[in-house]
Amino acid sequence: MRTGFLFVLIAAMFAAPVAAQDRMPPAPYAYRQLDDPALEAKAQALMETIRCLKCQSQSIADSDAQMAGDMRHEIRTRIAAGESPGHIRKWLIDRYGNYVSYKPEVNSVTWPLFVIPLVLLVVGLLLMRHRFRKSA
Amino acid sequence: MKTMRWTLWGVVVLFAALMTLFAWQLSRPKDDFVESTMIGKPVPEFTLEAAAADRPGLSSVDLADGTPKLMNIFASWCVPCIAEAPQLAELERAGAPIVGVAIRDTPEDLVAFLQRNGNPFTRIGADNLSEIQFAIGSSGVPETFVIDGKGIIRYQHIGDIREEDIPVLLAKLKEAGA
Repeated sequence: MRTGFLFVLIAAMFAAPVAAQDRMPPAPYAYRQLDDPALEAKAQALMETIRCLKCQSQSIADSDAQMAGDMRHEIRTRIAAGESPGHIRKWLIDRYGNYVSYKPEVNSVTWPLFVIPLVLLVVGLLLMRHRFRKSA
Repeated sequence: MKTMRWTLWGVVVLFAALMTLFAWQLSRPKDDFVESTMIGKPVPEFTLEAAAADRPGLSSVDLADGTPKLMNIFASWCVPCIAEAPQLAELERAGAPIVGVAIRDTPEDLVAFLQRNGNPFTRIGADNLSEIQFAIGSSGVPETFVIDGKGIIRYQHIGDIREEDIPVLLAKLKEAGA
């Protein structure tokens, strides 16, 4: 009984997990940086603010999912071809919606996040003025 | 003094409302699906080489040939793709034209997969860098798109096709003009 259990444990150590992984090598620019450091810096900054769709709390710069690798390849080749990071971000948002981008943006849904702190600040200042006037 | 009381109660009510909102949102199941925002737009221009020897490749021109189609994004290494194979076969029997896009697949793996699970595809394009997948806003495998005769994306089904999804897909295909 004991040995059987031990055997199962040892077998489990060597078992290969059934992973949904393909056998293709990574895309050329999935793990290879661009030769021009300035272009690579641009690509890196963009990749850090694009969500990995497979592993949704990571950026594609952080993820080892094949899909993230392919997306890094896509971004690096586009940057190398002279496309601007803003244009690539928009291309992705056009396909996946705002969720794909980590960069905070003011739009019809997010504007209260930017306006509310300002309103609270103004209210706070008015309250303070009111208080100080009273005590004075 | 009286007004002070009421303000305090107001704060309590506001706090309770906020907690209720949190409880409600936290009790809802998480939606992991990232839907394509390409619905209603034409399929971007692309050309894919044939992924298997006995089926031609796929291009955006093939999708705009007048006949509405199902475009299945799949891969031999994807487990849910095996699960949806019988449903794809059933859709084919019901007369739905189905084209395939194989994501990051080797020809040997693909042939073995099709031999084991059937081949409902009239064309299969090889998308080895997931380029077409990104271009149409697909975020994984399997996914199935309904493309109308003009090459416009009409509907996206995320995940494997279950038995209950078959009538939905056939209806969407009909809506697209089949």
